[in-house]
Amino acid sequence: MTYRPGDRVRVLPSKKPGHVRTPGYLKGKSGWIEAVIGPFPNPEDLSYGFSGLPERTLYKVGFKQAELWEFYEGPDEDYLYADVYEHWLEPGTGGKA
Amino acid sequence: MSDHHQHEETTRSPYAARIRAIEALLLDKGVLTEPEVQDKISYMEARSPANGAKLVARAWVNDDFKELLLSDGKAAASALGMEPAHPAEFVVVENTPTIHNLIVCTLCSCYPRAILGRPPDWYKSFEYRSRAVREPRAVMREFGFEPPEDVEVLVHDSTADVRYMVLPMRPSGTEELGEQELAQLVTRDSLVGASVPLAPDHPIPTGA
Repeated sequence: MTYRPGDRVRVLPSKKPGHVRTPGYLKGKSGWIEAVIGPFPNPEDLSYGFSGLPERTLYKVGFKQAELWEFYEGPDEDYLYADVYEHWLEPGTGGKA
Repeated sequence: MSDHHQHEETTRSPYAARIRAIEALLLDKGVLTEPEVQDKISYMEARSPANGAKLVARAWVNDDFKELLLSDGKAAASALGMEPAHPAEFVVVENTPTIHNLIVCTLCSCYPRAILGRPPDWYKSFEYRSRAVREPRAVMREFGFEPPEDVEVLVHDSTADVRYMVLPMRPSGTEELGEQELAQLVTRDSLVGASVPLAPDHPIPTGA
């Protein structure tokens, strides 16, 4: 487990093909670790018949809606949470404040 | 006789026809057995949003249960006699006077099936999956619910190993109602957060 709640992170802008669990609209976006969900077998390997091991830590990552969408309708305090695996994250500068 | 059969085949949706063909092939090759298929069907049929309504109503009348539901959703479901066993986690998020939660799965149609059964068709539609993250307030308006500007809208994109359900707020004017009556107010859509529970004086549906 690399990140802790409150840490700023960025979702990698990777174009990894195939079965991935990181939605395209979050790639390259900055947010923060809202919670550590725990370790799970890597679904990107499981889906191709591999063991999914070693397990990867899954995080609940928070984003400001106003930073995800150019014309977001709603207050600055609207947020989006997505569950993102550790290997899709790098240290970043986004955050709630 | 054969004409009738042919008619059925042509009116069946292409998806249903494809699934039937795959099922027949899997049975033929011995990958699945008929009892296994029936077991899966029974599993899904035994689950419905009524389970969610029971969990919510109990949480509304019992603070200890509410705490359990929010901290360990599977334990809470087991406590009410449900069978929540599933590889994915089951997490319940609470609506409050300042926070409204909305659940979506943009990548596919992840849904707490072990508790609520099959998701509504709209939940699986491309329209809902793309719009719920981009314009959640507009989507909720179309469901007949508009969260005030001073309420934070939290969208949960259920992308991985967690399945989410919303614990909606108890409607006002329900102080006199018992647990079973309260459960009647909890709609399937309110468990996703697309809407809120019915008001206690909601119009009685059809024919009455």
